[in-house]
Amino acid sequence: MGASQSGPVHLFQDLTHKTGFSIEQIKTLHTRFLYLTRDEDTLRREHLANVSDLALNPIRRQIIEAFFDKRNMGEKEKGCLQEIGFEEFVTVLSFFRPPKPHTADEEMKNIKKEKLRFLFNMYDTDNDGIITLDEYRCVVEELLSSYEIIGAENAKAITDAAMLEVANVTVGQMAPDDFYEGITFEQFEQILKDVEIETKMNIHFWNLDTMTVQCGK
Amino acid sequence: MELKMFILVLGLLVGSGSPDIGPNQGKCSDSLDPGPQDQGNHTLTPQSKKNFPVLSFGYDHVRLPFEISLWVLLASLMKLGFHMMPRLSSIVPESCLLIVVGLLVGGLMKLVAEVPPVLESKIFFLYLLPPIILDAGYFMPIRQFTENLGTILMFAVVGTLWNAFFVGGLLYGVCQFEGHRLVNVDLLSCLLFGSIISAVDPVAVLAVFEEIHINELLHILVFGESLLNDAVTVVLYHLFEEFSSVGTITVMDVFLGVVCFLVVSLGGIVVGAIYGLLAAFTSRFTSHTRVIEPLFVFVYSYMAYLSAEVFHLSGIMALIACGAVTRPYVEANISHKSHTTIKYFLKMWSSVSDTLIFIFLGVSTVAGPHEWNWIFVVATLILCLVARVLGVVGLTFVINKFRIVKLTSKDQFIIAYGGLRGAIAFSLVYLLNTDHFPKRNMFLTAIITVIFFTVFVQGMTIRPLVDLLAVKKKQETKRSINEEIHTQFLDHLLTGIEGICGHYGHHHWKDKLNRFNKKYVKKCLIAGERSKEPQLIAFYHKMEMKQAIELVESGGGSKLPSAVPSTVSMQNIQPKKSPQDRALPQLSKAREDEIRKILRTNLQKTRQRLRSYNRHTLIADPYEDGWNEILIKRKRMMELEKKISQMNNYLTVPAPAPDSPTIARARLASDPQAWGLKSLTESIPTIKVDLASPQSPESFNMVDEIGKKGSQSKASEEEDGLTMKVPSMTKPRKDKTANEDDDKEPQQRLMRCLSDPGPAGEEDEEDEPFLH
Repeated sequence: MGASQSGPVHLFQDLTHKTGFSIEQIKTLHTRFLYLTRDEDTLRREHLANVSDLALNPIRRQIIEAFFDKRNMGEKEKGCLQEIGFEEFVTVLSFFRPPKPHTADEEMKNIKKEKLRFLFNMYDTDNDGIITLDEYRCVVEELLSSYEIIGAENAKAITDAAMLEVANVTVGQMAPDDFYEGITFEQFEQILKDVEIETKMNIHFWNLDTMTVQCGK
Repeated sequence: MELKMFILVLGLLVGSGSPDIGPNQGKCSDSLDPGPQDQGNHTLTPQSKKNFPVLSFGYDHVRLPFEISLWVLLASLMKLGFHMMPRLSSIVPESCLLIVVGLLVGGLMKLVAEVPPVLESKIFFLYLLPPIILDAGYFMPIRQFTENLGTILMFAVVGTLWNAFFVGGLLYGVCQFEGHRLVNVDLLSCLLFGSIISAVDPVAVLAVFEEIHINELLHILVFGESLLNDAVTVVLYHLFEEFSSVGTITVMDVFLGVVCFLVVSLGGIVVGAIYGLLAAFTSRFTSHTRVIEPLFVFVYSYMAYLSAEVFHLSGIMALIACGAVTRPYVEANISHKSHTTIKYFLKMWSSVSDTLIFIFLGVSTVAGPHEWNWIFVVATLILCLVARVLGVVGLTFVINKFRIVKLTSKDQFIIAYGGLRGAIAFSLVYLLNTDHFPKRNMFLTAIITVIFFTVFVQGMTIRPLVDLLAVKKKQETKRSINEEIHTQFLDHLLTGIEGICGHYGHHHWKDKLNRFNKKYVKKCLIAGERSKEPQLIAFYHKMEMKQAIELVESGGGSKLPSAVPSTVSMQNIQPKKSPQDRALPQLSKAREDEIRKILRTNLQKTRQRLRSYNRHTLIADPYEDGWNEILIKRKRMMELEKKISQMNNYLTVPAPAPDSPTIARARLASDPQAWGLKSLTESIPTIKVDLASPQSPESFNMVDEIGKKGSQSKASEEEDGLTMKVPSMTKPRKDKTANEDDDKEPQQRLMRCLSDPGPAGEEDEEDEPFLH
């Protein structure tokens, strides 16, 4: 470890308040961070690409990008970082923390919005705040990429149908000459309001060292 | 009026069924000699020559099937009757009404001085119960089930054990205190009784919960518990039965009991899974004999049940496992018609079974030997309720520590209140040996009382209570393609994040299982190209079909939740092109309105209700009726819009390998040029869709009202909205035959549609394509 001994503890305390993890969880995550970066201070894309489990994941590129996306760091800027520190690592992971029990409804709504924002940023790769048809098509193609027989027309057809549906639900009446640019964040929220994101988009950050088979959600 | 008719028919049925069990067998009319003869006819000297019997009465050899059919008929007529009285059936759940009918029938039979048949355990367990369980297992929502598996297991295993010992133990105490009549009821009997009565009954739960439409989480919790506690019940039952003959229990026995439980439950699941895989494998080769496909599913599942019962494993769990394992693979292999057949047969059998069970419960109540003991019965009732409430509250407290979505107290109340007892408990008590359990009749009475209480009181009041407590109801959401995309995306995302964190959780294992499934299992069990089809594409096809059907159904006027009228079409989505490519943009909107209007007028007669999926309202399911031509109609409409704009096909799914049923179904067999450029110059092309199958009674034609004057003669057809063009109609309908002549006009362009592709052409005559 390159930093001084008292530094990390202080940092961890700050992170507890900022992200909502407990001290034990942050310590475990720190261990994992060091494991991923091979004891370096900052995480780069190739470190994440080395994770063997990710190799089979069809959307690994987007997942890796999400860690380096400035929009997820709580800042208002756009763009990507080249390398991130532990603080950013934990910030990104905090999007997947399950909400504490007895959370007020307002708080739940905020949490849901944050999680949806994270998802939205993953789709919207060019940072313009709108998911265009091409970006959506990219996503669908990646989802289907793990299957061998996949023609480009299939992805196109599915994407077109999906976009049509979004436009139908959110915009409703459109004159034939209007052009529907893409899905804005509000429309994204609207179409996914029935999918209970705040309960589904969670990982149990219990004991990360032991293998916990978690059966209930 | 109909009520009177029903009572009349009922009386006739009961009356005709009565001569079966009586002292007079039907042999008395073989000879002309008047009066009753005894069997020793041949001792009499033949004094008069017997004339040839023109009409004789030989009831004996058809007696058994006759009686069975009579009962089934009675059950079905009852079902019909209840739906004719909507006010009654909205207050009282069907199960209660059926029990009352059973009571009436039993009473009637007693009046006629006969022995009413009792619900024999053998019949119940071997013939009546399996269809219901198979139906439940086959259509089980796997995703919710596995997500809540821990909770369900806790309730099923720990909850049932707690109930059994609590009720059994305290009853023993009550018996000891009571004194004279009950003091010889020993602990083992009480424990056995407790274990039988503590199990939540799947039949009763299904019957009541289906009518109240609570949210899926609660439904799957109570229902899953009722299914999984079968293993516990079986083990406890056999355990106590064994011990009651031996007399004492040792620690070793308890330990063996635990082992037995594991063997029973896991063994049942394994047996079911094996048969399920066999069924899936067999269905891979049935592409040439589509007719017997449903049979494989039924027979394999039934064999799974019977095989599990041979070894005293849990038959219910075997059935559930078999159904759940079979379904994804079999559905990829079988034809659409077979799928429909399986669904309808399962629903039909389970419905009849369920009705029969409740009627027989009523009859058995009248018939069965009763021994009423106030203290015992009341104590049983109270203890059952208290045990259930305590068990649920206690377990939820523990479970909530491990769940993300906590169970609120409202949920707990519904779970506790939904713990209904039913016919399984009754049959188990009936099986008890009277030598070992001298108080069996008392047990029987107590069980019947508890069953009546739960079914009547709890069953009737649960609906208003659900409304009162504002429990979340089932959401009538349709799965949209967006949700599917996002759900899949989310799954992969969570798996990836788990990988990064090094955390092997729920998603990791699910992903591994999926990968294993895709790589090895699917290749073995699914025929042809379907094995490689991604889930997203399969979902997309299904959704297209559903949307096409719903378009027709919603065109009749009643709006579906997401059927927002909009004029957003494909051209709004595509990036702007140069203006000259978009010919006649103004007409698109007008044309769409026109088309919608025509759709609406044509479809006035189609069914407009779309209720939620319910065992009793299969008719409203949009899948089954005329999906075929409706899909084509919708495709026509979409293609129409596209043709206006860019003459490109965006939404037709491209045709991959020819032997893939789903994809081939979506492919149109008609000539796309049939109404091509020519249609643009006129206003609206004539689209005529024909039926190739008599099962789908509705189709309609969209007629060009502006261009062709000859279509005025079609106006009458439009009013009926029904056109049928089948070369061999197995179910001729009078209102349609008149239209057939009109259809042969040459200006009609006909299209052929194939309902079931592939080499199965010879199986159904209605699949013959025809083209004028």
